[in-house]
Amino acid sequence: MSLIEITRRQLLKALGGGFLVAVLPAWAIARLQRGQQAPQTVDAWLHISATGEVTVLTGKVEVGQNARTSVTQAVAEELRVAASSVKVVMGDTDLVPFDRGTFGSQTTPQMIPQIRRAAATMREALVDMAAERLSVARSSLVAADGVVTGCGGSLTYGELAAGAKITKAIPREVALTPVSDWKVMGTAVAKVGAYEMVNGAHKFASDMMVEGMLWAKVLRSPSIGAKIGTVDVSKAQAMVGVRVVRDGEFVAVAAPSLRLATAARDAITAEWVETSKVSTGDLPKLFAVPSTERVRYTCAYIAHAPLEPRAALAVWAGDKITVHTGTSRPFGVRTEVATALGIPEEKVRVIVPDTGSGYGGKHYGDAAVEAARISKAVGSPVKIVWTREEEFKFAYCRPGGVIDVDAKVEDGELQSWSHVNYNSGGAGLETPYRVAQKSERFQQFASPIRQGSYRALASTFNNFARESHMNALAREAKMDLLDFRLANLGDERMIAVLNACAEKFGWRTYSVEDGHGIGIACGTEKGSYVATAAEIAVKDNEIKVLRAVTAYECGKVLNPALLQLQIGGAVLQGLGGALWEAVEYKDGRCETSAFSSYRVPRYSDSPVLETVVLDRPDLPPAGAGETPIIAIAPAINGALFQAIGSQRNSLPLRLGLLP
Amino acid sequence: MGALTKLRVNGAVRETDAPEGTSLLEVLRNDLDLTGTKYGGGEGMCGACTVLLDGVAVRSCITPISAVGDGAVETIEGCEIDNHLSVVQQAFADQGAMQCGYCVPGMVMSATALLRKNPKATDKEIIEHMDGNVCRCCGYPQMLKAIKSALGAGQ
Ligand code: FES
Ligand code: FES
Repeated sequence: MSLIEITRRQLLKALGGGFLVAVLPAWAIARLQRGQQAPQTVDAWLHISATGEVTVLTGKVEVGQNARTSVTQAVAEELRVAASSVKVVMGDTDLVPFDRGTFGSQTTPQMIPQIRRAAATMREALVDMAAERLSVARSSLVAADGVVTGCGGSLTYGELAAGAKITKAIPREVALTPVSDWKVMGTAVAKVGAYEMVNGAHKFASDMMVEGMLWAKVLRSPSIGAKIGTVDVSKAQAMVGVRVVRDGEFVAVAAPSLRLATAARDAITAEWVETSKVSTGDLPKLFAVPSTERVRYTCAYIAHAPLEPRAALAVWAGDKITVHTGTSRPFGVRTEVATALGIPEEKVRVIVPDTGSGYGGKHYGDAAVEAARISKAVGSPVKIVWTREEEFKFAYCRPGGVIDVDAKVEDGELQSWSHVNYNSGGAGLETPYRVAQKSERFQQFASPIRQGSYRALASTFNNFARESHMNALAREAKMDLLDFRLANLGDERMIAVLNACAEKFGWRTYSVEDGHGIGIACGTEKGSYVATAAEIAVKDNEIKVLRAVTAYECGKVLNPALLQLQIGGAVLQGLGGALWEAVEYKDGRCETSAFSSYRVPRYSDSPVLETVVLDRPDLPPAGAGETPIIAIAPAINGALFQAIGSQRNSLPLRLGLLP
Repeated sequence: MGALTKLRVNGAVRETDAPEGTSLLEVLRNDLDLTGTKYGGGEGMCGACTVLLDGVAVRSCITPISAVGDGAVETIEGCEIDNHLSVVQQAFADQGAMQCGYCVPGMVMSATALLRKNPKATDKEIIEHMDGNVCRCCGYPQMLKAIKSALGAGQ
């Protein structure tokens, strides 16, 4: 029996029978269609129970990007059922098929088409079954609202599912519902789970508790790479109810209440051997970048600072551990936990409740591993929730970086372009502009500060440096910021977005007050295109963004209302990185520890925000959670020229600190 | 075991043996299992922990239980009555004013306080009142819409 078949039988048993279909990845289907053996990979499972409930099981998770809602819509559309009758089980490693993780805007372009195909296949199979049971021609039957109906009678999906005897994946070609006939997809379906969010009933990982659970706290090092010299845990150990766990450099306490755990951790005295001299004050020096004649741009390390901090609850049952935690990579975290405990992966179950966001910051299972280790040592369920200070100091950052740019322009046209990125990353490195001679390079560096993924990765900084440089070149060529860009672009999609943005903004006829300025910038990443125009005012050495118009094109639009939200959220979040956010280190110590020392966008910072969405039904949909973040910073920077006569070469854009 | 402290929460009297310096947030979440109120930073800067104390929005993370006395505490769990969302909750749901949803309870509580105190609040007043509530997903425009529609509906 194939691996898929074994899993299928187990699942069917767990689901109490019914009709179960495997959603295969596109490449696996292609192989099946060529008559080759299909690899044992399943993207998701689709199930209809004997009572007609529709369940999707997927390894994707909901971290605020509305994957749950998109999956629901796709299934409802193709299966012809109400969105409210679809249940989506996400991120439970014991139930869902393996998935690499929910990141890189891959859910929409890759997962959704496959789910649609499977749902459509399932619908057609249901029609087949109905035709057989009713002894009528299948062409006389219609599937709608969970029922297959024809002149000979009707059968509900549940009735059909109860008798389903399909035992293998069905690789046949089915027609997907054309965009023009969409009833659920492409419409503003309310966010699935909104009710439990507004009434506080949803249990995030940080909200979960079980009987007999202990709260844990970990002893943290004061600076990068510091090692414990001596440690005295006797006071903590003497506290009633407190358990101390020590495993090399890992020292933790567990206690029946959070306050007791915190008090016990604070009662531990340790002497640390500190060696790091890392400081973020001089980034080129930090990355050992040679000095240059080129124009140099820098970008600070920044924190994701998800409002829900890292949290995990670890519970043992026999020799198997279940960890509830918020992460974008449930299977990755399962591996981490198994490795840390030295047990097989089958003995670890990771369950990811819908999570209080991540923006690329929750790829790993730091809290999950801590909770698992402590729980193993003390023999009770253990819960750990990072404090905001721990988040700033110990979670990985978006990489800081340095970019050196050199370019030549003749008669308003780019002749050559060189762009070297040190440490921040290769995403969005390539210029969308026409240029005969170019070299673009990313130079890796072993960052002493913990760094990792972030919404849109390095595109934000690469685009900032590139577009800021375009601002400067336009000024030198005495050309309008928009005209200069249009004169050097060939890509129709980029041009369309830029024009749409300029038009909505009123770029050509904008009247700009004294001390104000306007700027416009664009960029492309992961198959989607963005342009943002902004009006700013500078007062008391502070930049205030008054209005921002963003035009965005990501192929066919699946859910316009949610897309607008995503765009607005990304632009506003980009404002934080553009104007204020920076995690600072001095002599190896992190100096950022709270929202009071790390300013993030608030209500009063929101400019008048307008979006133009360019719908391209002829193009496949691309993910939308990331790219809109990349154009706001260079747009603001360009506006600085007009407002104060010069732009800045660093993110965040600090007026006071630079000449 | 410390002495018991009585708290009036969502119309019921609840008891806790937490020391009097313990934050209201910790007691609500961990002792009374009212986890709708969230932790976001614990220093009064993000608003995730907002509850109402005698109708006024307070940050429960910096409010020790000793300061609560016999004041009436309202949390997000107390907003919904007989399965009917409050006007503000309904507005947030209807407007889809959330992405990950983690900040929403705090937002709803702050907005509820505003609705009671100043149901005719102008945009500027709303922004001023809400400025202590952080949404890291930056769903502010949609939330502002929701709050405005709730103010409109509440009149
Ligand atoms: S947790 Fe209280 S204000 Fe942030
Ligand atoms: S919706 Fe995610 S923090 Fe507000």
